[in-house]
Amino acid sequence: MSTGTYEMTHLQALEAEAVHIFREVAATFERPVLLFSGGKDSVVMLHLAVKAFWPAALPFGVLHVDTGHNFDEVITYRDDTVRRLGVRLIVGNVQDDIDSGAAVEESGPRASRNRLQTTTLLRTIGEHRFDAVFGGARRDEEKARAKERVFSFRDRHGQWDPRGQRPELWNLYNGRHRPGEHIRVFPLSNWTELDIWRYIRDERIELPSLYYAHRRPVVARDGMLLAHTRHLTLLDGEEPTEALVRFRTVGDATCTGCVESTAVTPDEVVAEIAATRITERGATRADDRISAAGMEDRKREGYF
Amino acid sequence: MRPPKTLRIATAGSVDDGKSTLVGRLLYDSKATFTDQLAAVEQASRDRGEELNLALLTDGLRAEREQGITIDVAYRYFATPKRSFVIADTPGHIQYTRNMVTGASTADLALILVDAVDGLTEQSRRHAFLASLLGVPHVVLCVNKMDLVGWSAERFERISADFERFAARLDVHDLSVVPVSALLGDNVVHRSTNMPWYEGLPLLHHLEQVHVASDRNLIDARLPVQYVVRAQDSGGSGFRGYAGTLGGGVLRPGDEVVALPSGFTTTIRALWGPGGVRLEEAFAPQAVTVQLADDLDVGRGDLLCRPGNRPHVGTDLDALVCWFGERTALTVGGRYVLRHTTRETRARVSALEYRLDVNTLHRDPDATDLRLNQIGRVRLHTQQPLAFDPYRRNRATGGFILVDEVTNETVAAGMITGPALRQSSVAWHSSGVERSDRASRGATVWLTGLPASGKSSVAVELERRLVAAGRPAYLLDGDNLRHGLCSDLGFTPADRAENVRRVGEVAKLFADAGTVAIVSLVSPYRADRDAVRAAHRDAGLPFVEVFVDTPVEVCAARDPKGLYARGEPGLTGVDAPYEAPLTPDLVLRPGDGDPAAMAVLAADLLE
Repeated sequence: MSTGTYEMTHLQALEAEAVHIFREVAATFERPVLLFSGGKDSVVMLHLAVKAFWPAALPFGVLHVDTGHNFDEVITYRDDTVRRLGVRLIVGNVQDDIDSGAAVEESGPRASRNRLQTTTLLRTIGEHRFDAVFGGARRDEEKARAKERVFSFRDRHGQWDPRGQRPELWNLYNGRHRPGEHIRVFPLSNWTELDIWRYIRDERIELPSLYYAHRRPVVARDGMLLAHTRHLTLLDGEEPTEALVRFRTVGDATCTGCVESTAVTPDEVVAEIAATRITERGATRADDRISAAGMEDRKREGYF
Repeated sequence: MRPPKTLRIATAGSVDDGKSTLVGRLLYDSKATFTDQLAAVEQASRDRGEELNLALLTDGLRAEREQGITIDVAYRYFATPKRSFVIADTPGHIQYTRNMVTGASTADLALILVDAVDGLTEQSRRHAFLASLLGVPHVVLCVNKMDLVGWSAERFERISADFERFAARLDVHDLSVVPVSALLGDNVVHRSTNMPWYEGLPLLHHLEQVHVASDRNLIDARLPVQYVVRAQDSGGSGFRGYAGTLGGGVLRPGDEVVALPSGFTTTIRALWGPGGVRLEEAFAPQAVTVQLADDLDVGRGDLLCRPGNRPHVGTDLDALVCWFGERTALTVGGRYVLRHTTRETRARVSALEYRLDVNTLHRDPDATDLRLNQIGRVRLHTQQPLAFDPYRRNRATGGFILVDEVTNETVAAGMITGPALRQSSVAWHSSGVERSDRASRGATVWLTGLPASGKSSVAVELERRLVAAGRPAYLLDGDNLRHGLCSDLGFTPADRAENVRRVGEVAKLFADAGTVAIVSLVSPYRADRDAVRAAHRDAGLPFVEVFVDTPVEVCAARDPKGLYARGEPGLTGVDAPYEAPLTPDLVLRPGDGDPAAMAVLAADLLE
């Protein structure tokens, strides 16, 4: 902390803003929950939430929407983390919605459960009557997200109306809603990918190992490298090869790509990202490539 | 290298001014765009049969791309080695006021675009006015499309001069003007070779250099309590901390603080940053947790500040309000939920003073409502008291929002101008001369404090100062008045109350006549002083309570009249009670300097 100059660094300002948002929600909502997947943004978000309430325990639990198509090391990381912090973990299984017929699985080798997560997320929010749901989305990730509020209103159907958003002034957030409606809250709205990594480095935050360079079998598809896991169905002519890679984002194993990298420490990742010329979702997310409005459409339906 | 600081920018201007193109150019030339984003924009530009359209970098929603317009505020992030930037890119035409007010509320700098061909338009003036209204400390005017006016220095100078003339009527402290071509990139990131006559910095360099550290209010310590943290610490004893984001000033362990509105005083035992980092001092806008020395009944919505520097506390306030409601209008009698710092309460509009034409700055006192995107001055009455400062002095404790109780929509942004002062219309014999007809405006300055606390010395200095400045002022000294007007009164509580009432009435008459009445009176009882304040409020006269807070030991040591030395019976502070004001407008302590310095502080309140 600087003394005398009374200036905060960029990361200190971002941290203070996020902490303010967590406290605001804890003070004004009855049943908040934090979306936690083991992905780096949700890991940073959880880290900030814990800091916001020190020395008290986290006053809400975490929710994982589980597609069943996970990287094993991420699930291990998830379980270790909630045990270490003593927080309550709720898992919403996409499989349950497929079994009940509420969601219909896509077919074919390119099938993804990404879009089905919305059904499971909204069902779980309804079942637990969550009124505030923290998400780790950042405005720099995607164009539709750049227009989203920190407190983002969702109607009874969990839908987002981008044209009817509440103006958000100063740090006065309007979280008022009626029963059945809820607010998505994005404490990392103003963070960039580089900010996240610098923070991980400075705070020595542990991440799932696949965020650092490692050797694994991969398949080149649609200009991306997909991990060859038991969840991936190979297309004709596809042949897994071994490569030194790391993941920039972690989601459903069928649609999250990795990048070739030699970065094995947070410092090396920071250096790599500072030099990269491709966005993280552009490099690694097949789900965003559906159309120019792919994310906007999914968000309107109630996606993260 | 020091880690980069942040600059928050709000842009304003219409599509026609090339605002999205300018932001796109800033991102593109500072290499803040990624190749896949650029590929997508190239593809989209081709689809529309255009050359590379940098505006498409910022238009995020489907309807925006389809209609070629920007609908909502978009946030953009980029960094140079010197600084991190957050750009709130606000659309120019649809919902301009609502969006710009939103973007400007947190901005350090407003970037206003004007087209060099068209020159200054009503819209540019409106943008400048909104930036000033929202208290944005720095304004940069970008005169764009210089390529279309043949890079004319003369044209640029004309527009600059026009703008500076208009801005002089506003509260804009730091104004710069830069000639650019967003389309070609001149003076955006790289210095233009087409305009050698321009000696200033290219836009990005200017943005990297703007000094914002001194914009924050580091004088008035304000900590709105956001959340009470309770935990059992390792030793098994309870931890009770008050978490919040500092809305101004600096706090240190050991500082004396007062909790408002209750008025209880205690000291700070410890200060913690997020995650339990022990702090030796904390400043705005840090998020902190405070442990207090005493167990007070403090909760969310309360405010901690220094006893000698308090915000106003009250239920009636004047504010400039920008209305956002699409289906409803603001009218007198309207009821809303008001959010201010961490407090939420109900509020009623008790008066609409005028509607402001943001293009001409003309005030319409006959307006009966405020509709979408209109701005006006209102008086509000809140159910619970608020602890507030004027917005000009502190954005964090001067801004509020109004929420519609039925739809839950945010329908207004408000900027507090100060506590409500009821205007004239007093029901007694009017003299035929309106107060506004008089040459000067009166007021009462009420100095209260223990005997020998130094009230009279300050009062004498204040009177001298005001008269020297050409402002009629008259000193009503408590001791002197007891020789005549109040010679029939003693020192029982009832007589003291009557004494205060009479002096209060005399002060009111002076104030009404256009003179600043300076009262120096022990006036030990809170209720008596509050009654005088209420009488002034009812008469629509300004009343300023100054608490001369000199510790009794210091008073006894000074003792110019020997009251303490000879053990005067019934001496206030020794064997008669003194009730300190809970919410004085000013507190003067021995550390504030000599009587002349104190008088300056008191005079400032009359500005």
